[in-house]
Amino acid sequence: MSEGWLGRDVISILDFDREDLEVLFEEADRMKSLLANGSVPKTLSGRIVALAFFEPSTRTRMSFEAAAKRLGAETIGFTSEEGISVAKGESLADTVRMLDSYADLIVLRHRYEGSALYAAEIAVHPVINGGDGRQHHPTQAMLDLYTVREAHGVIDGLTYGVLGDLRYGRAATSFILSLGLFKPRRVYLIAPPSLEPRAEVMMLIERLGIPAVKARLEDVIGELDVLYVTRIQRERFPDPEEYERVRGAYRVTPSTLEGAKRDLIVMHPLPRVDEIDPRVDSTPHAWYFRQARNGVPVRMALLNLVMGGGAS
Amino acid sequence: MRSPDGEEGLVVRKIRHGTVIDHIPVGRALSVLRILGVSLTGPHRIAVLINVESRKIGRKDIVKIEGLEPRLEDLDRIALVAPTATINVVRDYRVVVKRKVEPPREVRGILRCVNPTCITRQEREHVTPRFVRVSLEPLVYQCVYCGSLLTEKEIVEQLTGGVG
Repeated sequence: MSEGWLGRDVISILDFDREDLEVLFEEADRMKSLLANGSVPKTLSGRIVALAFFEPSTRTRMSFEAAAKRLGAETIGFTSEEGISVAKGESLADTVRMLDSYADLIVLRHRYEGSALYAAEIAVHPVINGGDGRQHHPTQAMLDLYTVREAHGVIDGLTYGVLGDLRYGRAATSFILSLGLFKPRRVYLIAPPSLEPRAEVMMLIERLGIPAVKARLEDVIGELDVLYVTRIQRERFPDPEEYERVRGAYRVTPSTLEGAKRDLIVMHPLPRVDEIDPRVDSTPHAWYFRQARNGVPVRMALLNLVMGGGAS
Repeated sequence: MRSPDGEEGLVVRKIRHGTVIDHIPVGRALSVLRILGVSLTGPHRIAVLINVESRKIGRKDIVKIEGLEPRLEDLDRIALVAPTATINVVRDYRVVVKRKVEPPREVRGILRCVNPTCITRQEREHVTPRFVRVSLEPLVYQCVYCGSLLTEKEIVEQLTGGVG
C-alpha cells in the first residue's frame, strides 16, 4: 500500500497527484471485489471515525458510515447543527478539538468555504473534507473519476461535458479540477452565463492546462464520452431572485441524448431535482446510480489507506 | 540625491530628514500617506506630487514627508497599495536607504477575504486570514482558505478605506 496516503488530510482533490489516485483506485477495486465476495476484513476494528455533518447529506455521510462499518470501525457524529453545542454558539474550532480527542479521523461537511482546511490545522488526526461550502468535494471527485475509469477503462483521452451549476456546485468544480491530474481530450463547460465557473476556478483551469472551452450542449453532445450533470445549488445563491431566473435552465431528456455516442455515460453527483428526466434512468447512458454505489468502495479504500488499515 | 524623475518643473524643496516615496501608481499618493498614518493636518511637512511624468511607469505620484521614516511593518502595506513604489530614506539631505518595495508572497492578517461565507469571515472562529500572491501585474492575492481572489482595487479599498 502507498505510504503516501497514511495520515493525510483530504482537503482538495488538487492535494493529490495521478499516482496517488491510481493507488486509491486499485484499492477501491480490491474493496469492491471483497464486498462482492462478502469477505471484507475488519482492518479498522477498534478505530473510531467521526462524521461531523453540519450540512445535510445523504450519500456522502451514509457511504462514509457504511465504508467505516464494513471495515470494522465504529462511527460517532451528528447530521445537523441542531442538538449539538454549535446551536448553543460553540465554535467550529472547539467542536473539532472535541471530535479530535474522541476519534481517529474526522469527516467534516460544513457550509463555510475553508472550514475543512481550518479543521485540519486544528486537529491532530486526519480530516477528510466531505464538502466545504461551494469550494471542494474531493471524495466525490475521487468516486467520479473511479466511475469514469470503470465505464471507459481510461480517464485520459476522453471528451467531457460538465453541465449545470459550475459556479456554486462544489462537486462540479472538484470534478473539473480533478481532470487536470489526467489528460482529457476536451472538457466542455456547459452552463448558463450566471453559473459559469468563478474567477479562481478559471484561473486554476488555465494553470493546470485543462483543455476546457465553453459550449452549448446541443453543439457538442455527439462528441461526448462523459456528460456530468449537476443540480443548481439553490442554497448557495446569495439572492433568491437570481435562483428563480436560472431554475429549470437545462434538462437532460431522452431526446437530448439522441445523436450521442453509444457509450456516452451520464453522471450526476445526486441528489437531482429535475435536471435529468427519469426516463433517462432506463437508458444504457445512465450511470449516476452506479456512480453513487461506488461511493462505498472508494471511501472504504480512502479510509483504509489514510488510517493504515493494511491489506489483511 | 538624484532628483526623482518627473519632478522637473514643480519646485519642491529637498528634505533634510525624512522619506521620499517615488513611483507610486497614479492616484495612490493619499493611500500611501494614510498607510503611514500621516495626517494632512498633522505635524509633518508633506509634499505630494500627483500625476507627474515617469520614465519607468509612465505617470506616477510622489510623496515627501519631512521628519518621518517608515516602520518596517509599513513596507508590506505600502507594497500592497503601491507595488511599484521606491522608498528613499533621507538623513541630512542624503539618501541612506533606497529600496523598491515588493508585494509579499504571503500575507497574514492585514487583508480581509471578500467572500462572506469564507471561514475567515466568521467572527466566532478567530481565523487569521492568509493570502498568497498569484499575480504581480496586476496585483492579485488568493485566500488560502476559500480560494477567492482579491484584486488590487479591493486591496486599496481595504487598506485605505476607499481612498484611491
